[in-house]
Amino acid sequence: MNSSGVLKSSSSELDLDRPNIEDYLPSGAAIQQEPRGKLRLHDLLDISPTLSEAAGAIVDDSFTRCFKSNPPEPWNWNIYLFPLWCFGVLLRYLIVFPTRVLVLTIGWIIFLSSFIPVHFLLKGHDRLRRSIERSLVEMICSFFVASWTGVVRYHGPRPSRRPKQVFVANHTSMIDFIVLEQMTAFAVIMQKHPGWVGLLQSTILESVGCIWFNRSEAKDREIVARKLREHVQGADNNPLLIFPEGTCVNNHYTVMFKKGAFELGCTVCPVAIKYNKIFVDAFWNSRKQSFTKHLLQLMTSWAVVCDVWYLEPQSLKPGETPIEFAERVRDIISTRAGLKKVPWDGYLKYSRPSPKHRERK
Amino acid sequence: MGNTSSMLTQYDIEEVQQHCKHAFTQQEIASLYQRFCHLDRNNCGFIPSDEFLSIPEFAVNPLSQSLLRMLDGFNFKEFIAFLSAFSPRSTLQHKIEFIFKVYDTDCNGKVSFDDMLTVLRDLTGQYMSEHQRKEVLAQVLEEAGYTKDSFLVLSDFMKILGNSDLKMEAEVPVD
Repeated sequence: MNSSGVLKSSSSELDLDRPNIEDYLPSGAAIQQEPRGKLRLHDLLDISPTLSEAAGAIVDDSFTRCFKSNPPEPWNWNIYLFPLWCFGVLLRYLIVFPTRVLVLTIGWIIFLSSFIPVHFLLKGHDRLRRSIERSLVEMICSFFVASWTGVVRYHGPRPSRRPKQVFVANHTSMIDFIVLEQMTAFAVIMQKHPGWVGLLQSTILESVGCIWFNRSEAKDREIVARKLREHVQGADNNPLLIFPEGTCVNNHYTVMFKKGAFELGCTVCPVAIKYNKIFVDAFWNSRKQSFTKHLLQLMTSWAVVCDVWYLEPQSLKPGETPIEFAERVRDIISTRAGLKKVPWDGYLKYSRPSPKHRERK
Repeated sequence: MGNTSSMLTQYDIEEVQQHCKHAFTQQEIASLYQRFCHLDRNNCGFIPSDEFLSIPEFAVNPLSQSLLRMLDGFNFKEFIAFLSAFSPRSTLQHKIEFIFKVYDTDCNGKVSFDDMLTVLRDLTGQYMSEHQRKEVLAQVLEEAGYTKDSFLVLSDFMKILGNSDLKMEAEVPVD
C-alpha cells in the first residue's frame, strides 16, 4: 500500500515535464494527482523532454537573444543605391560629423564656463546654485542630443519634483540617461565607469546627486540600498532614476527587474523608452564596443529617433511582494514600448547561474 | 560578426552533412555554424564543455552535468554530431543510442542500477528521498523483468523505448 502511494507521486513528478513545476506543486512528495496508472521502466528511462530542452538551449537561447545586436538589412546592394549610399557616407563623415563635433564643443564651452564659476562662487547659496546647475545639466544634455540629431518624442506628463517617488526605465544604452536628463534633471544610480566617463561622473553628475555602485562587490548592495532610501526621503533632492534591469538590453526584450527599486516604500513612476532602428541601432553592446566608440557611431549616423513615455505612477498594492510589484511594472513598460519579456536576470551576463537555480528546476 | 557562413565553404558543409548522416539541411548547418562561432568566444574552433554553462537556459537544466560529461569539448563536427540526435530527420535508433549514452556514465556499454539512479537523482532533486528513489527504481525494474543487479545494454534500451514514438527534437532557427 505504502509503496504504490510512493509510485503514484513519483510518476506525477516525472510525467509533469512543464517548466516551473514547483510553482504549481506544494513541496514534498505527498501529492495525490489523479491516478496515472502504473509507472513503467519505459516512462522512467524516457528523459527525452529534458534532453530536448537542453538541446534547444544549446541551439538558441532566449538570454543571448536579449543582447544580440541585429544588423539592419543592407539596402545599398545595387548599382543605383550604392553610389547614393557612398554619397551619404561622405556627407555624414565629412560634413555632418564635424558640424556636430563643433556644436558639442560649443555646448561644452558654455557649460563649463557657467558651471565652474557657479559651483565655486555660489557655495553659500545652495538652493540657487543647485537650480542653476540643474538647468545647466539639462542644457548640456540637450547639446548632446542635438549632436546626434536626436529626435525625441515625449509622451505623458513631465516628471514633477516630489519626495517619495522613484522613476524606473528600461535600459538600452548610456544615452537613455542623457535623453531623459534633457527634460528633467534626474539623479541617477549608475555603475562607476573608468576613463573620461568616470571623470564626468565624479564631477558634474555629483552635483545632481548621483549615487554610485559597484557590481562586483557583494556588500555594496546594502550601502546602496541605504543611500537610495536617504535620497528619496529628502524633499530637495532631484527625482531619482533607476534602471532596474541592471544592464543594457537590445531594445527588443526586457530582462528581470531587480527588486531594489521597488522596496523603498515610495511610488514608482515607470518610463518606457523605445528607439527607432531605422536610422541607427542605439543598443550599446558593452562587450563589443567602448562607450567612446558607441558615441562616435551615433555621431556619424543620421539621427537617433526615440519615443519616451512617462507612465502612470504605481504603488505597492496591499499583499503584493516587491518582486511581484517589479514584475507588474515591467509588464507595463514592456507593453508600452513593445518589448518582449524574458525571465532571466540581467546579471547572468557577467556570471553563471548558481547550482541553486538548477536544484529549483 | 558579418556573414560568417562565408567562412564555411560548400565543401565543408557537405562534409559535415556527410558526417552527421544528413540529419541537418545545409541551411541548418550554416545556422548552427553561426551559433558555434558565437559560443566559441576565443575563436579557436573548439568549445570547452563548461562554455555551455554560460547559457543560463542550459545551466538550469537538470541533466546539464550528464550531458557535459558525455563529451570533453567540441569542435564543429562533433557539435553537429552531438546535436544530430535532436534533428527531426534522425532515426529512432539514433535517439535511443543518445539516451543510452547519457545514462552510461562510465562509457562501458552497460547501464547499471547506479547509473539509472544518478539520472533519476538529477531529475527529481529534493522531491524524492534517496530511499524512495531506490525503491521506485527497484520496483519498476522488477516489473519489467530485470533485477537490481542486472546491467542494461543498448538492445535492452531499444526494446524498452523502441515501441513508443520518442519526441526528442530541437528546432534550429534558420533566418
